[in-house]
Amino acid sequence: MSTSSTSAQPRAGRAGTGTGPLLEVRDLRVEFRTREGVAKAVNGVNYSVWAGETLAILGESGSGKSVSAQAVMGILDSPPGFVTDGQIVFKGRDLLTMGKEERRKVRGAQVAMIFQDALSALNPVHTVGAQLGEMFRVHHGTSRKEAREKAVELMQRVRIPAAKERVGDYPHQFSGGMRQRIMIAMALALQPDLIIADEPTTALDVTVQAQVMDLLAELQDEYHMGLILITHDLGVVADVADKIAVMYAGRIVETAPVHGLYAGPAHPYTEGLLQSIPRLDQKGLELYAIKGLPPNLLRIPPGCPFHPRCPRARTICREVDPPLFEVTDETGTPVPGRASACHFWKETLHGE
Amino acid sequence: MPDQEKYNEADPMAGAGTEEEEMQSAIENRQFDLGTMEGETLVKGERLADHPEAPSADERVVPRSLWQDAWRDLRTNPIFIVSSLLIVFLVLVAIFPSMMTSTNPLNCDLSKSQLGPTGGHPFGFDTQGCDVYARTVYGARASITVGVCATVGAALVGTVLGGVAGFFGRWPDSVISRVADIFFGIPILLGGLVFLSVIKNKSIWIVVAFIVVLGWPQLARIGRGAVITAKEQDYVTAARALGASNNRLMLRHILPNAVAPIIVVATIALGTYIALEATLSYLGVGLRPPTVSWGIDISAASDSFSVAPHMLLFPAGALSITVLAFIMLGDAVRDALDPKLR
Repeated sequence: MSTSSTSAQPRAGRAGTGTGPLLEVRDLRVEFRTREGVAKAVNGVNYSVWAGETLAILGESGSGKSVSAQAVMGILDSPPGFVTDGQIVFKGRDLLTMGKEERRKVRGAQVAMIFQDALSALNPVHTVGAQLGEMFRVHHGTSRKEAREKAVELMQRVRIPAAKERVGDYPHQFSGGMRQRIMIAMALALQPDLIIADEPTTALDVTVQAQVMDLLAELQDEYHMGLILITHDLGVVADVADKIAVMYAGRIVETAPVHGLYAGPAHPYTEGLLQSIPRLDQKGLELYAIKGLPPNLLRIPPGCPFHPRCPRARTICREVDPPLFEVTDETGTPVPGRASACHFWKETLHGE
Repeated sequence: MPDQEKYNEADPMAGAGTEEEEMQSAIENRQFDLGTMEGETLVKGERLADHPEAPSADERVVPRSLWQDAWRDLRTNPIFIVSSLLIVFLVLVAIFPSMMTSTNPLNCDLSKSQLGPTGGHPFGFDTQGCDVYARTVYGARASITVGVCATVGAALVGTVLGGVAGFFGRWPDSVISRVADIFFGIPILLGGLVFLSVIKNKSIWIVVAFIVVLGWPQLARIGRGAVITAKEQDYVTAARALGASNNRLMLRHILPNAVAPIIVVATIALGTYIALEATLSYLGVGLRPPTVSWGIDISAASDSFSVAPHMLLFPAGALSITVLAFIMLGDAVRDALDPKLR
C-alpha cells in the first residue's frame, strides 16, 4: 500500500537538528521502588530515531517497552517509578536535565503520544472538538472559535466522516477505530517532530487495525515525523517499521532493520517470537511457544536474563550477561544497524 | 438525498455514491492518493457500522454530556420535582417574607400570650404574644441563609483542600488529611457549646463560619477520594503527555470528573446544616433574638409544650419539611449523577 501523498505539502527537513538523530536514548535505566523491593524495569536501553524513520519496539508484557516510552515522555508515575541513569537526547538536548516547565512545553508540541485505549485516554466530560481544540488553545493561545475550526480540520485529516457534524460529539459516541483516529489527530495537532505510539492498535479489531496503521504511516510520511511504535504484534510491525528493537526483561536483546530481522533473527528470543506466529504452510502442526514466563523484574536471573527459557542456553549464559554484539554476515562484514545480546548469535543467525 | 450533501460538504469523500464517483471526486479534489482510497472505502463501512440505519445529520441523537443525562433523569424524577418545588417556595419565602404575611414577627402583644389559632392568626401566638405564623415565615430566612452559605463555604474549602491533597499527594496530603482528622474528631455539638458560648456578639455569619470550620473535612475527604480516582485515569496521563500544565489538568480534566460526588454530599449536608443551626439555637449558643429563627422558637416553645403545643409544632414542622426537602434533593441528584449507586 502506497503511503505517498499528492496533495499535502511535505514538510521534509523541518524536524531534527539536521545532523544527529531526532531522539537518542542512551543507557536509560528505570526502576520501580515497591514494597516488595526494587523492580528494574529498564536496564540500560539505547536507541535512536531519525526524522521520518519508524522504530518499532517489540516485546511482551513487562519487558519495559512502555516504561521506557513513558520515561521519554516524562509521564512516569513517580513515585514509584524513577529514572536512575541515562540520557534522553531530543534534538540535541537532554530532556532529563531540562526544567519541568520547559519539558512540559516540549510535550505535545514536539513529542506527542498515542495511547492504547482511546476511550479511556479521552476525557469523557468534554466533546472531542473541545479536546482537539484544547491543543491549540493551550500551546498557541488560539481563540475558541478558531480552535473549533482547526479541530474540524484535524478530524478531516484523520478522515472522520461528517467531521463538522461530529465535532460536538462525546468520545463514547464514536466507534473504537474512530476514537483512535481522534487520538491520532490530537497527537498530530501541533505537528510534533516525534510521535510515540504505545500499542495504538491493540484495542482495535483486526480490520480496523490495518486502517489505523496505514493512516499513521501515511501521516508520518507526510509530516516527516519520527515514529516510535511500541507493540507486541509482529504482524503490525512488518509493514510500517524501518527498524526494530526487541526488548526482554528491560533491555534490548536485538536490533535490526525490519527485513533483516524477519529473514534471520540473531537472538533465540526473536527466533522464538517469529516461530510462534501461526503459518498457513504449517497447518495441523503444533504451534511453537516459548516455554516459561518472563522473569520477575524484582529478581532478574544472573547472566543472560533469557537463559531459563532459552533452547540454546549453555553454562556461559548462566554466568555472563551478554553485551550487545555487533552482528556480521557470513563473510564477516558487519551488518549496519544489527546487534544481538546473545553469546551464540552466530549460531542463531547462521544456523549451526 | 439531502444527507448525502451534508456529508459531502463536510468531507468530499465520505458520502459519495459509487466507487467511480468516489474515485472521480478524489482525483478532482486531489486530496487523497490511490493508496488511501482503500482505507476510504473501509471508512465508509465503519460509518455504516456506527449508525445501522444511516440516519442523516439532522436525525442523529443530540450528543449528551453527563450533566445533560443527569438533567434528563432529574426532570422525570418525582422526588426531584417535589423537593425542588418545595425548595423554590422556601427560598422565595426567605427572600420575600412579606409576600406571605403582613404581620411583623417582632410586633408582639403580651395580652395574647399562648393563644391558640384564631382568624387572621392561623398558627396562634407564642408566650411573648407574637404571631407564630409570621415568625415561622420569617424564620425561613435564617435557616436557609445558614444552610446555603455554610454548604457553599464548606464545599469550597473542602474541594480546594481535598483537591490539593488528592492531586499532589505526599506531604500536602498528609498535612491536610491530618488536620481534617483533627476537625473530624471534634464532636459538633460539644464544639458548638465550647466555641460559640465564648463569642458574645453572635451574628448569622459567626454560626455560618462555625459550621464551615467543622463541616469542611467531610467534603474534603470526598473530594480527595474523587480527585485521586480521576487522577489515575488514562485521559489525565494523556493530557499530561500532550503538554497540559498542572493547573489545566486540575481544573479542566480532573475537577469536572470529580465534582459529582462533592455536589451530592454537599446537597445532603445542606439539610443537616439547617438542622444543626436549629440545634445550636435551641441550645442557646446559636442565633440570638431579635433574629427570628426556628431553633430559637422551638427552644422557647418547649417549656410550655403541654399548654400550647401549637407554638412548637409549627416551627418544628417547617424545619422538618425544609431539611427533608434538601435531603430528598440530594438523594435525587445522587441517583441522577451516579445511577450505579441506586
